Amino acid sequence: MEFRTTSALLYLDAVSVSFDGFKALNSLSLTIAPGEMRAIIGPNGAGKTTMMDVITGKTRPDEGEVLFDGTHDLTALDEASIAVLGIGRKFQKPTVFDSHTVEDNLRLALAGDRRARTAIAWRETVAARERISSILETIRLTAARSRLAGNLSHGQKQWLEIGMLLAQDPKLLLVDEPVAGMTDAETHQTAELLRAINAEKTVVVVEHDMTFVRALGVKVTVLHEGRVLAEGSIDQVSENERVVEVYLGR
Amino acid sequence: MTARPLDRGTLVFLGLVAAAAIVVPALNLALPESSPLHVPTYLVSLFGKYVCFALLALSIDLIWGYCGILSLGHGAFFALGGYAMGMYLMRQIGGRGVYGNPLLPDFMVFLNWKELPLAWWGFSSFPYAMLMVLAVPGLLALVFGWFAFRSRVTGVYFSIITQAMTFALMLAFFRNDFGFGGNNGLTDFKDILGFNVQADGTRAALFAISCVALMLGYLVCRVLVASKFGMVLIAVRDAEARARFLGYRVESYKLATFVISACMAGVAGALYVPQVGIINPGEFSPANSIEAVIWVAVGGRGTLAGAVVGALLVNYAKTSFTSGPLAPYWLFLLGGLFVGVTLWLPRGIVGTVQHWRARRREVAPDASGPAEGAPDGAAQKPLAAE
Ligand SMILES: Nc1ncnc2c1ncn2[C@@H]1O[C@H](COP(=O)(O)OP(=O)(O)OP(=O)(O)O)[C@@H](O)[C@H]1O
Ligand SMILES: [Mg+2]
Repeated sequence: MEFRTTSALLYLDAVSVSFDGFKALNSLSLTIAPGEMRAIIGPNGAGKTTMMDVITGKTRPDEGEVLFDGTHDLTALDEASIAVLGIGRKFQKPTVFDSHTVEDNLRLALAGDRRARTAIAWRETVAARERISSILETIRLTAARSRLAGNLSHGQKQWLEIGMLLAQDPKLLLVDEPVAGMTDAETHQTAELLRAINAEKTVVVVEHDMTFVRALGVKVTVLHEGRVLAEGSIDQVSENERVVEVYLGR
Repeated sequence: MTARPLDRGTLVFLGLVAAAAIVVPALNLALPESSPLHVPTYLVSLFGKYVCFALLALSIDLIWGYCGILSLGHGAFFALGGYAMGMYLMRQIGGRGVYGNPLLPDFMVFLNWKELPLAWWGFSSFPYAMLMVLAVPGLLALVFGWFAFRSRVTGVYFSIITQAMTFALMLAFFRNDFGFGGNNGLTDFKDILGFNVQADGTRAALFAISCVALMLGYLVCRVLVASKFGMVLIAVRDAEARARFLGYRVESYKLATFVISACMAGVAGALYVPQVGIINPGEFSPANSIEAVIWVAVGGRGTLAGAVVGALLVNYAKTSFTSGPLAPYWLFLLGGLFVGVTLWLPRGIVGTVQHWRARRREVAPDASGPAEGAPDGAAQKPLAAE
């Protein structure tokens, strides 16, 4: 598949990031089309999380171009502005607000005014309440809605964080290792959930779990040493000699 | 969910403080000295001092307990508010000073100054001085916080630079040529708004006003923490990066809270000065800020009422201790108290009580429906279901 850069939702061109001389990203180029779901795999330290850091404004690249929606230069914006533009992110280590209830976590994530000035007079709308209930159904946490997020199991936290992404209503979801620490059944359900989300939104998933990536059934990009090693269907890339070498050899 | 600012706990708290504001002055003014219930004037001022400390503790709890920012420089905001009030009181002395100079306070005459420094202009006006009580700590917090939060200085680094801030101010105020009375500070106050600061009535009124300030401060904090603003503060405390990636401009929330908190500390300092009769650079001492943080830790951070309880208890203990033979060991006791609370009572007094009560409610069989607050062990794993 070939996409013109102008129509791409996310466009990375020759992006490099180095930490004390070590190149975490080495001239990485990547194009994600609107509505696409892309799986990103690669060995530990390949630069997958660093790529997400660059897209979400946490890390400034040394070189290269990062465009969102064809026009927004993400390298010039901070985290909050990028989030408001419509990029949501799930962290590798599930990160939720532990001392808030499950419901309040979603409430805080819900799209809307984020300004400190207006937050004091903020009142919840009926539509917002319904939206929260529907997300709770989707992430199967309705029964836990009043529990503190800090008391959830690891898998539940992962789902809550995905729910927060949904509430945020972004155009693009970046999901870093969503099934780490999940049972097989949970992994399967997460793949289904992401596929359902992809019906409306563009999704980039980073994952090590090959069964999960296979279950997603989407185009795969293999990262290695900060650059793209291979791209194609899961079957194509797993037959690719260099990919096999990187994963098994060395 | 956002809460009602005036919940039951708040009403009880406001009721208690309001009662103190009426009862203590009444027992002082209305009863003869021979009565066993008479509260002597020195005690009224001592209680007034405690109430000011409680307001300072409240301001620290807002920023530390809710936003997770440990400021070890709130003593500086307190002292700046105190100096603003002290400057007003100095100007009220007028020609009644030792040197009888109608314009210049004694220490300026002593230093051979010929005219009033610019910084002192306007302080003969009470409204202007009160504006400065809020504006000086507020502006300092705004500038300091703007740089610190924008450069994402957090955690222990922030605590250290706030200590450095209060230390630097202490050194500056110690200097005679800085123009605020040097190491003697400002004292020998005569009257406030025309009332003699030593008079029983004035003392009683100052106590009552301190109580009202504490109530207002508490209300401000409640309105903030019960709103979505407060939800975001707790979110920032729990997972700052998560809040950023949700689109919240974390530094704006921090800055607003820091400035409001500094203004509250300033008001506390301003009410403290006429009741103790002096303000000197010692109030900027880094140890003062640390002590105030200990009050909050003892009472329970993130509970508002805990800050007040902690400030009252620790200061009462301090007064009892430092007036007895064990006085030289007070700092050891304070340090021990802090270590003890951190180890065995990490939620503080009020926090622990609240925790117990929440536990009891959760365990109680008919307290809530099955969907609400099920205890951890009993909750099924939704993901594994089906
Ligand atoms: N802030 C940082 N400072 C220094 N080195 C870093 C930093 N962040 C990442 N690195 C290094 O950059 C490389 C890429 O890290 P990254 O986290 O992007 O890998 P990853 O592909 O997400 O790996 P994993 O599968 O283990 O999550 C690693 O070698 C890591 O040690
Ligand atoms: Mg990673």
